[in-house]
Amino acid sequence: MVAAIFEPGFFSSSSVQLAAAVGAIVAIVTGCVGVFTVIRGQSFAGEALGDVGAAGGSSAYLAGVAPLWGFMAVAVAAAGVMELIGIQRTRGRDLATGIVLGAGFGLAALFLYLGTTYDNTTGATVTVLFGSIFALNTSILPLVAAFGALATGMILLLYRPLLLASVSPELASARRLPVRLIGGLYLLAMALAVALSAVTIGAILSTALLVGPAATALHLTRRPGRAILTAGLIGVGAMWLGILLAYDSYDWPPLHHGWPVSFFVVTIVLLAYIASRAIPARTRQT
Amino acid sequence: MTTDVLAPTTTARATALSVEDVSVRLGGRTVLDHVGFSLKAGEFTGLIGSNGAGKTTLFKVILGVQPVTSGRITVAGGQRSDRDIGYVPQKFLLDPDMPLRGRDLIALGLDGQKLGVPLPSRTRRARVEEMVEAVDAREFADARVGRLSGGEQQRILIAHALISRPKLLLLDEPLANLDLHAAQDVVGLLSRIASEQRIAVLISAHEMNPLLPVMDRIVYLAAGRAATGTVDEVVRSEVLSKLYGHHVDVLRVHGRVIVVAGTGHDEHAADDIVDDGPGAVEIV
Repeated sequence: MVAAIFEPGFFSSSSVQLAAAVGAIVAIVTGCVGVFTVIRGQSFAGEALGDVGAAGGSSAYLAGVAPLWGFMAVAVAAAGVMELIGIQRTRGRDLATGIVLGAGFGLAALFLYLGTTYDNTTGATVTVLFGSIFALNTSILPLVAAFGALATGMILLLYRPLLLASVSPELASARRLPVRLIGGLYLLAMALAVALSAVTIGAILSTALLVGPAATALHLTRRPGRAILTAGLIGVGAMWLGILLAYDSYDWPPLHHGWPVSFFVVTIVLLAYIASRAIPARTRQT
Repeated sequence: MTTDVLAPTTTARATALSVEDVSVRLGGRTVLDHVGFSLKAGEFTGLIGSNGAGKTTLFKVILGVQPVTSGRITVAGGQRSDRDIGYVPQKFLLDPDMPLRGRDLIALGLDGQKLGVPLPSRTRRARVEEMVEAVDAREFADARVGRLSGGEQQRILIAHALISRPKLLLLDEPLANLDLHAAQDVVGLLSRIASEQRIAVLISAHEMNPLLPVMDRIVYLAAGRAATGTVDEVVRSEVLSKLYGHHVDVLRVHGRVIVVAGTGHDEHAADDIVDDGPGAVEIV
């Protein structure tokens, strides 16, 4: 029975071990950051940061460095541009996101085109856009851990002011909190989280991990701290289950060549969200 | 010492807020025009004026969010700390799915400005519990804030504002979206808090009647200018006519006050008062 679920070699495979470790770190980081993305209503901005990251990932491929650096650099730069255009004004939010998104996709198109033309391979395109967690290099683990610690550390440090500013900017500024600075720092943490997510499940799908587990957690608990823990748990669960199914799928039709991990992770995240909506929201009971 | 005798009186009469000759000009328009008044601890004051009279701007300058063009504002005698003012904003709309209980929002009033994650603390929990009791929120303090009724949210916000033990409590149109019963409850609660905790309460409203039974003083704003004193001193035809710059009548009917524009030549100003002027009541 156990052998039927865990294919031979699953636990001893070094790529599975690396994928599980990187995936867990990323899921915890995105869960922590993602709860605030949903509370602040910045899912579209998160999506845009991931999508423009494709330009970074693809240029990193061309330059021959790890895609993580490309995702990271472009997402952080894009966050800076969004801040300048005015993402913190209600009316500027969609505009800032849309402009950055369009420009980023243009660059991604160029770099991916150049990459496939020179290398004569479509591997880079698929990896950048949709991720390939089994093909990671072990040298990435300390980087993922460091950037993850940075993003999570920022959220935990800013926790109370960020929560108050996200609930009501008016209440926060009445307490003399620097609402704009808090928002800018949060955008930076979100850029880091999205870049990490892009490494595992790809630039296009990265927001699924940012928003999905958090949106599910918001429905399951009434407390912000618990929402963060729940989102992390759902993310890690989806990631590990996705890795297991992808590993098992090497035997599956039609190609007997394995299905992409990202597909499984994103699908599990979606199913978890739908399942949580089926449970009536807990409001007054403990 | 001679001050021993005077001490209780002076603390009871301590000035919580002093607004001296404050003017604010925004984009060439004078929003506040030499406004001056002061509030004492334990006093309940209504800030009455129609939409656009400058109420929200006045709150912003008291909070320090908006700079004054001229004049001076002193909170709690000058040694102002961030906790001296409790504030309840006008519009408060939360997503019903927001993972935040009433008591979590109250706790953010205590230490929301501090860095780091709050650690479980018995004193913190006791302070929150004390505020939950003070605003009669026991029944709904554990529910999501976004799903509470307008009156329930007001109570949570008042507790959020009061938990840091401010000397001055500002409420921007807290009765605007409440039905008559909920409005009376909130007014009763605020009046009790003002006298029990010796806090100066300044509450803005475009309709003064719900506040009449509890108001110690009134600050009446019209076109950026203010008249201040007790209700009987301020809400009189000659005072308000001078403030508006044209004739208005003050009628007292069944314990209610109705302010109506007289037949002045300034048709627009007259429209303004009748439409959304203070005390203008619908005929039921």
